[in-house]
Amino acid sequence: MGRAWKFGDDISTDLIAAGRYAYLRTNLPELAKHVLEDARDEFRTGVKPGDFVVGGRNFGLGSSREHAPIIIKMAGVSCVAAKTFARIFFRNCINNGIPAVTVDTDRIDEGDELVLDLRGGLLKDVTKGIELEFPPMPKVMSDILEAGGLVPYLKKNKGFVL
Amino acid sequence: MPMTLAEKLISAHAGREVRAGELTVVKVDFAYVQDWTGPLTIDKIAELGGAMVHDPLKTAIFIDHASPSSFKEVSTGHIKLRQFAKASGCMMFDIGEGVSHLVLGERVTRPGMLMVGADSHTCQGGALGAFCTGMGSTDVAVAMSTGQTWMMCPEAVKVEVTGRLGHGVFAKDIILHLIGTIGADGATYQSLEFMGDTIDGLTIPGRVTLASMAVEAGAKCGICATDDHTRSWLREHKRESDYSEITHDVGAKYARVVSIDAEKLVPTVSFPHKVDNTRPITHLDCKDVPIHQAYLGSSTNGYFEDFEAAARVLKGRHIAPGTRLVVTPGTKTVYRKMMETGLFDIFLDAGGVINSPGCGACPGSHTGILGDGENCVSSMNRNFLGRMGNPKSFVYLASPATVAASAVEGRLADPRRY
Repeated sequence: MGRAWKFGDDISTDLIAAGRYAYLRTNLPELAKHVLEDARDEFRTGVKPGDFVVGGRNFGLGSSREHAPIIIKMAGVSCVAAKTFARIFFRNCINNGIPAVTVDTDRIDEGDELVLDLRGGLLKDVTKGIELEFPPMPKVMSDILEAGGLVPYLKKNKGFVL
Repeated sequence: MPMTLAEKLISAHAGREVRAGELTVVKVDFAYVQDWTGPLTIDKIAELGGAMVHDPLKTAIFIDHASPSSFKEVSTGHIKLRQFAKASGCMMFDIGEGVSHLVLGERVTRPGMLMVGADSHTCQGGALGAFCTGMGSTDVAVAMSTGQTWMMCPEAVKVEVTGRLGHGVFAKDIILHLIGTIGADGATYQSLEFMGDTIDGLTIPGRVTLASMAVEAGAKCGICATDDHTRSWLREHKRESDYSEITHDVGAKYARVVSIDAEKLVPTVSFPHKVDNTRPITHLDCKDVPIHQAYLGSSTNGYFEDFEAAARVLKGRHIAPGTRLVVTPGTKTVYRKMMETGLFDIFLDAGGVINSPGCGACPGSHTGILGDGENCVSSMNRNFLGRMGNPKSFVYLASPATVAASAVEGRLADPRRY
């Protein structure tokens, strides 16, 4: 269970991990202190373990910097939900074991209590008493997610099983 | 059965026929990282515990984002990259060599290749008829270590551009117009496949501008067919034997067709803070937008031809008071040619400053960070909030000629007057 932090459309990786902090690229705990700073400054100090980042369309567009999903995870976020995701960011989430789910986030409000049922393909909004369905991922992606990321997946499987 | 370029190139690397929507493991011909994403890739390769690199001649490390470095932390990261290159034997392009994609375009990328890079603008290699896509550090770590990756074969969007581009209108205006039309997520997960007589008329730098910004529409790749322009580019870079024929199949199945009449295009500008927030230069919003910094460079407009277009506007002119002009050549080869052909003199006489080759101010870490409330017109590819290092500044995207005209007038300006 975690609270929803709402974000708008087109949250870029520059908004998540700003270029002006690029000098912290090899110091992830310090970089994580600036997570989403330019989108909602109060997030980085207010986020609690288990909370959800809830975006609109095209979440994570822009740079390939994997630091963006990694510092979201380091902030304690349990899941990123959005109407749609940008391609590289989505794959980076899965590769780091971060659930990224595509749902109609208009139905979720700021502060709603959310529960993720990954296997059941449901995001439950406990505050509203609604269940939001998300489409299943390709098997390779759900396997990578379940393994906790791409590195543990490959250590286990010794290759890609499509 | 006719195929899209993405289907053809992916099939060739999967060892079987692959169609849009199918998942496949592919052989990777070349994998690379830059200094933002590279240190993390090196950590992931260590975690994987396999080979450092599958093939050192098919792997490269670039120091282009902070080139040279302005921060001690970044410099220390650079040491890690150099040590990895030395230990693995992979190719190393240190400070001053230039932007990864542009250097590869000069030296490595060839028609028919499949490349992955830990940089979103890797897609610009598609200008040479290759399948090139940006991925995160971990995916590229796997490609570097194993020579493989997995991917979904994307659906293709046919972008058909026909007619003659008018004076002062360039490839940059085509791609800004396209993204303004289909949106910043208008081609998510898809392959933008460029064709039509306008594209046939573009030289490689123009095609690079198009393919580079495919990702700004959400696309996985942007690809052009190969032709005499491709051949002469390869010849110019002393590797004509790398040429092969990559052509669009008649009857290939496209998810969507977008037609653009080049004759109707005018210089186009993306307003802050979204790439798809475009206006024709003739729009009322473009009147009286003061410009504090004009920026020439980036992976999208970093070849000689791009600077030449700006120099044509600036020759014999001076930038406006209150405006500064920052010029960042894309590669060392471009830098040298600009120096030898007198372009440096034109930019310097106009009041500009010339920086070392690389990504420069585009990623927002150095050499041209904006002040509070300042506006920049830039030939780069992104204008997200904070992109040029300050969330209280504003970035307008345009062609190099529009950047130059704006520098002269001190406000957003129409290059067709020059």
